[in-house]
Amino acid sequence: MRRYSTHNKRKRLNPVLLLVLLLTASLTILLGRAILTTDYQTERLGDDVAQFQKLSGVESPVTAVLLNFRGYDTLLEVMVLLMAVVGVWSLTQAPFPGKPIEPGPVQLAVVRLLTPLMVLFAFYLVWKGSSLAGGAFQGGAVLGGACVLMLVSELPWIKNIPSRHLRIGLLAGPFVFLGTAILCLILEGTFLAYPQGWAGSLLLLIETACAVSIGLTLACLFAGGRPKDDLSRGRKR
Amino acid sequence: MMPYSILTAFDIVLISTLLWLAWKMLRSEDLFKAVVLFISFGLLMALAWVRMRAPDVALAEAAIGAGLTGPLFLSALRRMERLHKDERRVNIDEERKSETIFHTQQKETP
Repeated sequence: MRRYSTHNKRKRLNPVLLLVLLLTASLTILLGRAILTTDYQTERLGDDVAQFQKLSGVESPVTAVLLNFRGYDTLLEVMVLLMAVVGVWSLTQAPFPGKPIEPGPVQLAVVRLLTPLMVLFAFYLVWKGSSLAGGAFQGGAVLGGACVLMLVSELPWIKNIPSRHLRIGLLAGPFVFLGTAILCLILEGTFLAYPQGWAGSLLLLIETACAVSIGLTLACLFAGGRPKDDLSRGRKR
Repeated sequence: MMPYSILTAFDIVLISTLLWLAWKMLRSEDLFKAVVLFISFGLLMALAWVRMRAPDVALAEAAIGAGLTGPLFLSALRRMERLHKDERRVNIDEERKSETIFHTQQKETP
């Protein structure tokens, strides 16, 4: 029997591979030279961030840059994640098993114990993101991990989640983010310029919505296809 | 000159382990082994981010790089094997059986 988890041919150091190796090595040397010759005393953006920290509404400089000073980039990142799910859903249906299996008692107990803890920890990360390390992406990743745990246990109800609920969850983050940005445009005249004094709470709202969406996005990517009841009016195979 | 010129012994070990893992991962014949190496690479990379005083990136790396991309690769691998065998989840029992056969065969032929 052919083993499909292995490559069929053993990779040898052929000329192409050698060329790639050479190019990578020269790129590494160039990068190393760039790092060694950079003057770290001039042009430090960290000072600028520290100067405007108080206006950002959060204490963590990373969160301030991600969601306030460079909020536009993060908005686009959230959109990219949404596009990834759209791509996966348009490719195929999620391959759920035909017959539900009974997970072992140990596995069920672990899922029951860990999932609530992980959800709690995810929102703790979002909450802590305003002052320490953490934030929407980290919290969302933990939330996604909790969903993946439930997916691999193949709980029977998980494939019956209506696609409408999933769609609302996936859209929550981008929608809240974009809505806030447009609201800022109307109120302040500039895209994503949060009103004075409201920045902290607005950032928390955006981060919470984005964490939910990112978690769901990662779980949907893991499931590897659209839910069963999605695209019911469309063409079917 | 550099903000972090203190290369401790730990850092040197960490860097060489990362490079070694990356090399083993790229040269591995067994895709499953490559995925396992990728997950361990991600976890050690998170440690490297901590050493570079970037806890935010470390958190994201550990959760997304190792925790989610790894299982994603594993499920893709599983699906690839199934597609090759032309078994499209007809019966979960048959699938389980064929998977155990597959694994025992893998063990027999090292």
